[in-house]
Amino acid sequence: MVSVLESFVDVRVGELARHPPGLVALEGRAVHVEEGRALLEDRWGAVWLSGALESITRGDRVRVEGRWTGSTVEALSIERLARPTRAFPSPGSDHAWLTADERRRLGFLQHRAHILLAIRDELAELQLLEVETPLVVPSPGLDLHLDAMAVERGFLITSPEYQMKRLLSAGLGDIYQIAKCFRRGELGPRHQPEFTMLEWYRSPGDLEAVLTDTEDIVKAALEGVGRDHIEGERGPIALDGFDRISVADAFRDIAGLDVLEVLPDEERFFRIIVETIEPELGRARPVFLTRWPASMASLARLCPDDPRFAERAELFIDGMELCNAFGELTDAVEQRARLLRDQDARRAANLPVYPIDERFLAALEDGIPPSGGNALGLDRLVMLACGTRQIGDVVAIPASRL
Amino acid sequence: MYDITEIRKNTKLLIDGAPFTVIDFQFVKPGKGQAFTRTKLRNLLTGNVIERTFKSNESLAPADTEERQQQFLYPEGDNYVFMDTKSYDQLYLSAAQLGDTRFFLQDGTMVDVLFWDEKPIGVTPPTFVELKVIETDPGFKGDTSTNTLKAAKMDTGATVQVPLFVNEGDVLKVDTRTGDYVERVKK
Repeated sequence: MVSVLESFVDVRVGELARHPPGLVALEGRAVHVEEGRALLEDRWGAVWLSGALESITRGDRVRVEGRWTGSTVEALSIERLARPTRAFPSPGSDHAWLTADERRRLGFLQHRAHILLAIRDELAELQLLEVETPLVVPSPGLDLHLDAMAVERGFLITSPEYQMKRLLSAGLGDIYQIAKCFRRGELGPRHQPEFTMLEWYRSPGDLEAVLTDTEDIVKAALEGVGRDHIEGERGPIALDGFDRISVADAFRDIAGLDVLEVLPDEERFFRIIVETIEPELGRARPVFLTRWPASMASLARLCPDDPRFAERAELFIDGMELCNAFGELTDAVEQRARLLRDQDARRAANLPVYPIDERFLAALEDGIPPSGGNALGLDRLVMLACGTRQIGDVVAIPASRL
Repeated sequence: MYDITEIRKNTKLLIDGAPFTVIDFQFVKPGKGQAFTRTKLRNLLTGNVIERTFKSNESLAPADTEERQQQFLYPEGDNYVFMDTKSYDQLYLSAAQLGDTRFFLQDGTMVDVLFWDEKPIGVTPPTFVELKVIETDPGFKGDTSTNTLKAAKMDTGATVQVPLFVNEGDVLKVDTRTGDYVERVKK
């Protein structure tokens, strides 16, 4: 008999082990049913049910009220919430229960939500205003190594940069955006063709201002999941200070090469970055790779002390690039010249040549104060916070499962 | 020739005169830089694994390999004996050449033997095999756990992660590509 003084306590199946014996209410899927018992599962764990189970069919989503004995649950009442209308497990699936991998991914999605909340909180604290700009635009970025997806009346953005700079010109100062960006042909452990970018500007401001913000944002993201460090592949990575190294110093110290001698061969430059330098960056502490060659920073200011290099910085943590920051180029004449050069480079490489965004250039002509901007791959930050090296683990539905 | 974008896991490539199989490949690309494909390749003769990075438009030579169906007969010392069921020719492969594949071989299993330049160098077992559990925990104690799988040792020596309701003596269908449990076979 159930005492009138007792009531059913909602418990996750996977947390029963830590729950004292008594009356419990559970929700989950019956993934295995046999004579006299059924295995009930939620994403945190599984438990055997006994009792009146006649109404359960394998695959049912049920709510069960019953008595937890400390090892099994005697079901007292069962309410069916859903029943599969196709074969269970589904055709093509070779298992009925959630695999360890599926449980892990569901946990990561919860982390992702907490990280996004923490980041928005931090950005509000930093006095940045959230904006949303169009995803479909007449002209995507002209970078030689970024290909856009064509859609009706234009292209999907590869980054919201042009549109956000128009807002800077119009008078909005410190702004941020969390936007989906789209890059054709990019699919790998760190790439999804559709991914989430956090892009923000300090205007008036400079590169230093956005790098300081970056440290705050990374720390806030980790705090969002209750962590003060990152579990790196080679050991813990402390977040109490971010290092800096210039591209020239990284080539000299890590690869033993003079970047200016390598540079005319752009392919060799990137091969050294990918194979030799990148894997060594940010293993003990996060590090900004600063002062990029001028030819590789089409939208950045040149360094005032050495115009062979530009005010561009990328953050690396655990050998992975997380963001790309600029001291923004605000000179309309110089910007037009660079975009024309970018178009020539795309033409020469037999790539689609996108039109120049005249409204973006007009915004520069109207005048933008000295500004700093940064674009950070949010999915990658979530990867680091979750301790996975697969971007597909931290997005709800990766491209491979569409 | 293969274009780098055409390679997949198990593509056979000829590199520096030796046959390699692709065990992993990754798209890598600096944010505003050129794309590369980083590969992990196993030397089919030595079993050694190497890493190579190819640029996105590189082309690669295929290795001249061929698979022929053979029957696994029995293990003999450190060697495993296979037979061509038409010609009755027999051949030996060592445990080292077979790697973990040997844990999925049962007497009489039909397998694909990989030849390179007419020499046998490796074996692909059937995608699914049925193996018998010879050792596993009862698995129902406690009954709740965040991990709903347990380890089971199979009659061929393989260790497979299985659901809690699997018992010793059960016959299981196992995916040899991943070593994963598929289902319990009613016998």
